[in-house]
Amino acid sequence: MICAPTENRLSIEKSDAGRRGLFCKNPLRARAKVPANLRRKAAPRLPELSEFDVVRHFTRLSRLNFSVDTHFYPLGSCTMKYNPRFNEEAAALEGFAALHPLAHDTCSQGTLELLHDLSARLTELCGLDAITLQPAAGAHSEFTGLLLAKAYFEDKGETRTEIVVPDSAHGTNPATASMMGFTTVNIASEPDGRLNVEELKKHIGPKTAVLMLTVPNTLGIFETNIEAIAKAVHEAGALLYMDGANLNALIGLVKPGDLGIDMMHLNFHKTFSTPHGGGGPGAGAIVCRKHLAPFLPVPTVRKEGGRYVSDFGDKRTIGKVKAFFGNTGVLVKAYAYMLAHSAKEFGDIARYSIINANYVRALLKDLYPSYSKEHCMHECVLTPGEDMTAKGLKTLDVAKGLIDRGFHAPTIYFPLIVHEAIMIEPTETESKETLDEFVAAMKDVHDQGVADPQSLKDAPRTLPVRRLDEVLAARQPNLRW
Amino acid sequence: MYIPHTEKDKSEMLKVIGVPVFEDLVKQVPSKFLWPKFNLPQESLDEAQAAAKLSGLAARNCRPLSFLGAGAYERYTPAAVKAITSRTEFLTAYTPYQPEASQGTLQAIYEFQSTVSALYGMDYANASMYDGASSFAEAVRAAVRVTGRKKIIYSAGVNPQYMDTLKTYFAHSADYTYVKVPMKDGAMDKAALPALLEGAACLAVQTPNFLGLIEDMDGVAETVKKAGALLVAAADPVSLGLLAAPGEYGADFAVGEGQSLGLPLAYGGPYLGLFSCRKEHVRQMPGRICGMTKDRDGKRGFVLTLQAREQHIRRDKAASNICSNEALCALAATVYSALYGPEGLKELAEANAGAAAYAAERLSAIKGCSLKFKGPFFNEFVLAVPGKAAAMREKALARGVDIGLPLAPLYPELGETLLVCATETKTEADILKLETAVKEAL
Repeated sequence: MICAPTENRLSIEKSDAGRRGLFCKNPLRARAKVPANLRRKAAPRLPELSEFDVVRHFTRLSRLNFSVDTHFYPLGSCTMKYNPRFNEEAAALEGFAALHPLAHDTCSQGTLELLHDLSARLTELCGLDAITLQPAAGAHSEFTGLLLAKAYFEDKGETRTEIVVPDSAHGTNPATASMMGFTTVNIASEPDGRLNVEELKKHIGPKTAVLMLTVPNTLGIFETNIEAIAKAVHEAGALLYMDGANLNALIGLVKPGDLGIDMMHLNFHKTFSTPHGGGGPGAGAIVCRKHLAPFLPVPTVRKEGGRYVSDFGDKRTIGKVKAFFGNTGVLVKAYAYMLAHSAKEFGDIARYSIINANYVRALLKDLYPSYSKEHCMHECVLTPGEDMTAKGLKTLDVAKGLIDRGFHAPTIYFPLIVHEAIMIEPTETESKETLDEFVAAMKDVHDQGVADPQSLKDAPRTLPVRRLDEVLAARQPNLRW
Repeated sequence: MYIPHTEKDKSEMLKVIGVPVFEDLVKQVPSKFLWPKFNLPQESLDEAQAAAKLSGLAARNCRPLSFLGAGAYERYTPAAVKAITSRTEFLTAYTPYQPEASQGTLQAIYEFQSTVSALYGMDYANASMYDGASSFAEAVRAAVRVTGRKKIIYSAGVNPQYMDTLKTYFAHSADYTYVKVPMKDGAMDKAALPALLEGAACLAVQTPNFLGLIEDMDGVAETVKKAGALLVAAADPVSLGLLAAPGEYGADFAVGEGQSLGLPLAYGGPYLGLFSCRKEHVRQMPGRICGMTKDRDGKRGFVLTLQAREQHIRRDKAASNICSNEALCALAATVYSALYGPEGLKELAEANAGAAAYAAERLSAIKGCSLKFKGPFFNEFVLAVPGKAAAMREKALARGVDIGLPLAPLYPELGETLLVCATETKTEADILKLETAVKEAL
């Protein structure tokens, strides 16, 4: 990561009046006739650069990033696996990329067939009955799922106002619940991170709409009592929602539908290898049982004779959660990934994601004790050992020490129920050699911290910037040029 | 299959873990759930086979000469945009949780926020939303939070899909009311505003509107303000190369569909929600926001900031549940805007307006066809046709031209009409082909 030390200017600071990059010379420009009173008064303050300036500027920025392609990126709960290049090529095929969302169905048969087959494969993989591919991301899927629940209960003439979530849940679960006007009921998890069925029963009743449960949970532990949980939820007349953020642990190994859930969401940018793009675009889905299917967003894709048609479906639909169909470009990538896997090969994804996480956990157990005393699924939650905390070292210091050594930090301070959490999700695509190097770096961070705590508190030193003043950023917001 | 492990790796790793077989690691899963049967292909495809299958599917989508718009616009994507967004340092990074290791993404977001603020003439913008529809819905939600009112006034020219999405966002309560501002010659009837605005949270307006017409926003903000309401404006970003910016006419929140800034149509996504606001509403902005700050040595750097609004901190008290956004699309839009610059964006906007003006001139000269509305439009317009618009479209499609979107399902009151769009991708020759196609479809 070599760059000239003075070179951290914004594009606008490299701008010079009158310099040009691209032009639009279409002669039809001359025919534009917009009345003067409707025109903008001041030109927007945008950079004036040559094309080469722009390319060099953004190429330089790209080199300031850690990414899956350049660094091990064990961000727990985010499933930062290899993003196959083939997926990108598939989505860029002109036939897919140039298709207008309002194209007539006769013009979109290829895409509709792809979406139809993707839907069929995903519902089978999840062991459920129906699916929508419209949500743009995981949180957007949660929103869709709770809308389904709401419509379902309204259809039954029931009013249910509460969403139950364990305290280990992702922040999006309670945020979605309140966005939908539900009250969130938090349940404390057991010391092993699991939900206590008796405790759960105390919190659910006629007001409960949905229990949102991440499986495996955010400690990387499977809800062993899932059947009893599902039974209790259903006896209360409520629905069981599975947050599918951690599906990588189960894919091809367990059918979530067998566990008694009513619906779940998928994150294509996690389990199905589509790239995270620095924070999106992702794509989501809600997969559900038959009783929720009439409420799914529209359109869905149906096969009619030999043709595929957009189906605007049941009158009871919740409507649209997004304009047009969904993040189709991302779905093409996920489909390319599906084609590359048989059922058995999906199982290998779960198998090796679990082996990798347990391998890291085992090698680090003396220096970074695991929160949970049993084997983990696809991710493990560790904490700094007492020899580090005794010297005032925190998880944040471990994270910064790691990035100084060329490894992206794990997810830190999550789940909230673990003090000083370090959540490591290696994914199945990382080799034993990479994990060995990571473990060595974690040990080196430990040794440095114990020997010279201040030097670790001064990390990182090898990156373009050192620790940044977040308080200043929040107190005096500087959000634009 | 993208798994590197050999059998030897596996056995060595299991040995380190201290279990003889993998199944010992998953004893926490009741065994009856393990390894179920899947009705899925028993064999996966190799890359060449998968490529052939996908190319075959892509080829089954036909590629007419298309004059469809209606919220998604055909654009040329510059090579340099593709080159930058395929840099895998951008493509395969995640949300910049470790700022020191993510300065590239963070600075790009800061420049994106700056670009959107500048284009819309607003004080601040966020790091993006899912699409124009979700930005629109979130802006109205913010207006509701700010004013504490639940009545939403919207112009009849707001994209119907945006309204559908908004109503879904508010589906949790029957308390919200929606009042449509009547249309006058395809545009908002401003005279109707004062009476409608009483007790309203906001006026939501789109310009150019869904029917292509440019709304005259003169005096609208004043009327809105007088009623104690807020102005939410949706605008196509390319139109803003030429047309008045929402900030110039006094919008409180301004949103748009960023797909226009060089993103592929891709059958509806991934697109890019643009979201901007006035300074006083910054803490009501949903989603991620990047800010400039200093590191320990006083050097410039970037971090995610104002996070006290967000789901991972506030949980059930958050401004929105949004987590992932459309960062890579935001990068594409930023590079696109930097490549064209203010002058190039103006040229693009002129080319759109010029192409549509020429198409309107040719089509309205066809016997039986006429422009439905008289007002100025940007890159699309409503054409009244003498026959069934849907049947005409199918007939023309068979000859390789998509002549536009029949509006009857969305606006039955307009009769048999087509919404016809021409962007900078269209030439004079293309428009003459459109003219022939419409004539032949009559």
